[in-house]
Parts: sequence; structure tokens; C-alpha cells
Amino acid sequence: MKELLSGNEAVARGAYEAGVKLAASYPGTPSTEILETLATRYRSVYSQWSPNEKVAYEVGIGASLGGARALVTMKHVGLNVAADPFMTQAYTGVNGGFVVVSADDPEMHSSQNEQDNRFYARFAQVPMLEPSDSQESKDMLVAAYEVSETFDTPVMLRMTTRISHSKGIVELAEPTQGPEKKFVKNPAKYVMIPSNARMRHVALTERLERLRQYSEATPLNVVEKNGSKIGIITGGVAYQYVKEVAPDLDYFKIGMSFPMPLQRIAEFIKAHERVIVVEELEPFYEDQIKAVGYEVQGKAYFGHLGELSPERVARGLKEAGVLKTVPVAAIPAAQGMFPRPPVLCPGCPHRGAFMALKKLGVAVTGDIGCYTLGVLEPLNALDSCICMGASIGSAIGMEKVKGSEKGTVAVIGDSTFLHSGVTGLMDAVYNNSNVTVIILDNRATAMTGGQMHPATGKTLMGDDAGKVDIPTLARALGVKNIAQIDPYDYDSVLKTIKEQIAAPGPSVIITTRPCVLMPKRIMEEPYVVDLELCNGCSACFRISCPAIEASSQANEHGHPKAEIDSSLCTGCTLCSQICPTEAIMLKSQYVKG
Amino acid sequence: MAKNNFDILIVGVGGQGVLLASEIISEVAMKSGLDVKKSEVHGMSQRGGVVSSHVKIASKVYSPTIHYGQADVVMAFEQAEGLRAVDWMRPDGVAIVSETTLVPAIVTSSRKFSYPDDAVAEIRKKTDRVIAVPADKIAGELGNPRLVNTILLGVLSNYLPFDMDLWTAVIRAKVKAKFIDVNLAAFGRGRQIRLENVEA
Repeated sequence: MKELLSGNEAVARGAYEAGVKLAASYPGTPSTEILETLATRYRSVYSQWSPNEKVAYEVGIGASLGGARALVTMKHVGLNVAADPFMTQAYTGVNGGFVVVSADDPEMHSSQNEQDNRFYARFAQVPMLEPSDSQESKDMLVAAYEVSETFDTPVMLRMTTRISHSKGIVELAEPTQGPEKKFVKNPAKYVMIPSNARMRHVALTERLERLRQYSEATPLNVVEKNGSKIGIITGGVAYQYVKEVAPDLDYFKIGMSFPMPLQRIAEFIKAHERVIVVEELEPFYEDQIKAVGYEVQGKAYFGHLGELSPERVARGLKEAGVLKTVPVAAIPAAQGMFPRPPVLCPGCPHRGAFMALKKLGVAVTGDIGCYTLGVLEPLNALDSCICMGASIGSAIGMEKVKGSEKGTVAVIGDSTFLHSGVTGLMDAVYNNSNVTVIILDNRATAMTGGQMHPATGKTLMGDDAGKVDIPTLARALGVKNIAQIDPYDYDSVLKTIKEQIAAPGPSVIITTRPCVLMPKRIMEEPYVVDLELCNGCSACFRISCPAIEASSQANEHGHPKAEIDSSLCTGCTLCSQICPTEAIMLKSQYVKG
Repeated sequence: MAKNNFDILIVGVGGQGVLLASEIISEVAMKSGLDVKKSEVHGMSQRGGVVSSHVKIASKVYSPTIHYGQADVVMAFEQAEGLRAVDWMRPDGVAIVSETTLVPAIVTSSRKFSYPDDAVAEIRKKTDRVIAVPADKIAGELGNPRLVNTILLGVLSNYLPFDMDLWTAVIRAKVKAKFIDVNLAAFGRGRQIRLENVEA
């Protein structure tokens, strides 16, 4: 049985085939679809969204302790959040098999950095497998559980965006049950007080030696002989790019990339006149090979920034003298093209807050979500964005040093607030900060596609759930100034933000409109522009709504008047509220003259 | 042996159905017995940004993305996006470009940027291997504006070695029951459009 699956879907299929009992995660591109696929297609695996990656990881640890095979998945920066349990679980080892999927994002298609998480495996001394396509994503996940249980260790499966989001043909296998195990008390192994942890560090070191031997023998690492004098050492998606442009060379394809099979690699190097290492991002393989005394080349030709691609690899191989010619583009690229960046949707409830913040000129510390788009032209209303939850802590620091005379406002979404904003708000109360925190509550983890979270009342698998009440939570933390506002009411948004900035102590403003796309697409009666009243002032253009377009008519200065695409307009009313000539009205109220 | 490796780059704007189109092509290729990979980036691109999908078909496919400048077909759901992507095409390839125009808010709100007056004409200055498809007009005649992607698939099918039966079967499986007939009609209209029928 064959199916066309993305890498993420293949990991979900692998979890099903391996008899995984529990999967936990927090949504994050490019990892999100793994759990979404489990919850829709493979419901025999219990799967859940946790409030953040650290909790998800710990839920996975508990399931493993309880004897079940457990899967936790996250984007690369999610592992920063979960690094605390990850580093110490390396000491305790597992009971049921445990795999953490790290989905890295070279090129930062949808991320704030492109850290290379392969270093985490080496840092924690945890074995790591690196698939190079969808089939391997499935097969290596299954293999990872065997490694986990054989060596009593968590295992990292390291994906990248191109693996997670590319589809390929996958040969499926029948599901299995996985080993039947129960929890067995063993505090010396699982309670990491210093005396126990010292013993476990020894166990970790011994395990690593056994894993080195395994890596030398495992068929996960493949040598492909084609009789060339030049050898290529590669792994992950980079393998596919090199095979595309230089299929007939000899290859050492690394599937188990920590610990690396350095003896086999040494034999490969000795058997070739010259060896080139091709890997995406940092010189993870290259440095380890050089550290044991072998001369190889790599990053000098391919660089360490962004994604590789067939042409980038081909150019690098040409520079290295391996390829004589490289196919080049014959048709010239278009020059001076306009950009088409992602934008807030028509009717997005975040828009009103950013219009007001821009007008007020305050310092705005931002966070991770759709609302990060508030930084782009023409809204230009965000001054920082670092990581999940950073908006509140950053605002507290900025406010303490009085860095902004007009005041400091933190902007954070509901899912991000629950992920790691709550502790920041606690800090604001505890340390008497004058920050204003705007929680843009659209009742969804919207940027990743509208996933459920602890304040939505539904679980990943669709069951009813307990529901965090955000105003009650803020009050319980000790916030006294709490305002709830309708973000479609522009004057009230402006007035409330001003009042709360002026109020002493921390204040919280919560917006109350849901995401226009999730869970149901909202389409109220659209608005239209009366071109006789429109004077072409472009005030409505500056709110960056995709439904507002330039019409073919212009004012006396040649500036276009506006028109509204009624198939996109959701009827949010914001543009009509800021139109100085009252030219924007409900379609049903517009009477053609 | 007839050619059986095809690199197809599909571009458009979030929400236009680029990913469904590449899904249909990939399923057809798989069912024909060939290897196929398709690659695209989700996430930020959903919010009205550029969406591109690479489909690679061969007896054995390695890279999930196309070598720059080597696409056999560039298929654009929007004419300015066609202009932006046409340099990915080999000189002997085919550009299938919907005449659709979608002007983004950033062009309207900022005087720094402008939308090309006639992107199809700009593409023709670079290559004569262009099929401009009046897809919105055809979709309007069929009574459903959301058929642009199926019409373009019909055009594309002339350049791929797959039987009509396979296309029909996959379209039936991938679209909602009540839209099957109109999608098959749209595919058929597209299939009548070929490079040699187009007046340059």
C-alpha cells in the first residue's frame, strides 16, 4: 500500500505503526501537522496540545515512565522551551520508548531564527536520526523507538521544513502494538537528586559508547558506491540536493547523525582522493570529522546561512572543482517587482489595536503570532519580537528604565499568553511595573492554522475541555486594571489604551473578537465605497486591509479613490470608522445616485 | 523512450488553490506509476503572501525542489506572480499564466511600489512560450469563480503524459461531490487551450 505523504504525515503514520500510545505537542511551523494528522487519521494514538513545549515534553516523559511509547513534537525553538526536561531526561533514560521530533526551519520560512538543533542532540548526548524524505521520516521514527528501548534513552528525530512539508510516496506497513510495559518504581534512575544524577551521568557516558558502536554498524548510515574518486558525506535533505546534481559520485549518507559513525566515515575518507561534506546550516558533521583528524571540505563552498537547494549545491560543487558545468537560468528575472508579504486578513480583530498603537506612538514590545505582522508596512506598529512570551518581560524592563516617554505596551496573543506570558504578567504585578499588556484574544492558535488551546474549551481530539478564563486568571495574578474591549470599535480601543497607559500599576486590555477564519469563517454584510464621497485621501489604504483596493477613479492630485472587494470584506467596519468623508457604508445602505 | 521527467512550478497567492492543484498533479503522477515529490512552504504564506509549490515527476525523484531555471512548466494563478516566477523556466518550457490580477494592499497603500500594467506582456518580452489563460472569464461562464485552478490543470494536462481517465479519477476523489461535474467541465475547457492555439 502506497500513499503520497508529507514528512509530517509520515511521522504520524510511523507513530501509528510503532504503537505509540501518547503524543503531545504545542503547535509550531513546520511541526504542527504531525499531531493534526494523528488526531484526524490515527485516533488510536492519544494526542494532545499542551500549553507549551516544556509541558508537552513532560507529559511525554510521564507516558514513557508509565511504560508506553511516547512522542513529543515541536519546532526547533520549541526545544529551547523544553530544553530543561530534555537535558535531564538524557540522564534518567526511558521506560517506554521516547522520541522527540525537532522540526527545524532553515531559511526561517516561519520562524525567528534558524538555529541548528543537531547541536542539541550532542549537547544532551542523545542519539539523533535525520530522515531525508517522507519514507525515511516514517521508517526512522519506527527505528527510533527501537533505539530508545534498546539503549534506554530518549531519541531525537531531526526534521527540517523541506522534509516536513514535502510530499513523497511512502510504502506503508501494518500497525504494531509496541512492547507491553508498566511503571516500575526506580528512584535511583528517575529521581535526579545529585547523588543519583552523578550515577546517571556515568550511565549516560557508558550508553553513549554503546551508541557509538551501534552507529558504526547500523544500516541507517548508508554507503553508496559508484566508483568515483571524490566522495560526498551528507545527510538530511542535503543528500537529495547532491544526488539531484551529481548522482554518480560515491556517497556516505548519514542517517544516524549522533553519535556519528566516525570509524566508517574514516574508512570512506581513506578510500577516496577527496571528500566533500554537504550539510545544511552549521558544520555539524564537518567539525566532528575534522576534530578526529581528517581533512574534508564543506562549508567553504556551501555556506551556513539559509536553505540549500539544487542550484546552491551545484554552484558549490563547481567551485570545489567537482562539477564542470552547472545549469543556469536562461530567462532573466523580473526587476523592480512589488513585494507580496503576508498580511493581516480582512476583518482581522488585531487590526484595530495596531491602528491605535501606531497613532499613539508608544513603544510596543511584540510576540509570536499573526499579530507579528503588525510590524509590516503600512501598520508599522511593533518594536520588538524575540520569542514566545517575550513581549511582557521586555515591556517590564523597558518601562523600568523609562526607555519610552510615551509609555510601553506589550502585545501578545491568547495562545502565546498561555504558553509563556502568564509568568511575565506575574512579574509585572510582583515588581510594580507600569506596563500595559494587550492580550489579543482571538480564541485560537491562529498563525499555525487555528489550533485549540487551554482557553478554547476543546481538545485537539475534539472533546469538550476545561477552559481558562483569561480575565479571571489576570485578576488572580493580582492585576487590578483589566479592561475588555471590542477591537472593531476604534474610538474605544484608542481611549482604553490611553487610559490604561496612564493608570498606575500593571494593566491588561483583552480584545474580545474571534479570529475571522477560525473556527468558522466570519462574513457579515460587506461595505462599499461611495466614489462621489471618497476624496482619495488614502486613510483606508493605510490600515492594510486586503479587501480595500485602488479604484480606477482618482482625485484631483491623481491619487486613486478606494473600492472594496465585497467577496473579501467581512464587514468589520474599521475602515468606515476612520473615513473622514464618511464615504464607506454598508452595501444595503448605499443607494446609487 | 518518451520523456518522463517533468518539473512543474506552480505559483499564486494564498487562498487561490495552488496546493490543491499540486496535490492533484502529484496523485495523478503517482497513479501513473512514476515517482513524484512536491514541496511547498506553509505558515506565513497563508496570509495573502506568495505561495509556490514545486512538483517533480520522474522515474526516481531526489530533490523535492526544482533546480532554478530548469522548470518544464511554470503555472501561475496570477499574472504578476507569473512574471515574478518565469525565470525559473527552461527556455523550451511552457508558461501557463492565468490573466487574473490581484493587487496587494502594500501596493495600494505605499507609493513606493507599483503593480505592472500588463504582466503577461512583460512575460512575453522574456519568452514566447506563454499561454495566457482567460481563466476568470471561463470560470465566470461556468458559473463558479473558484474554478481557476482546475482550468489551469486542464491546460497543463496537454504537456504531461497522463491519460484523461487518471485526471478524471483524481479530480473526482479530491473535490466535493456537488462540484465534480463543474470541475470536470472546467478541466475540459482548459484542455482545449494549447500553446499552438494561442495568438501571441
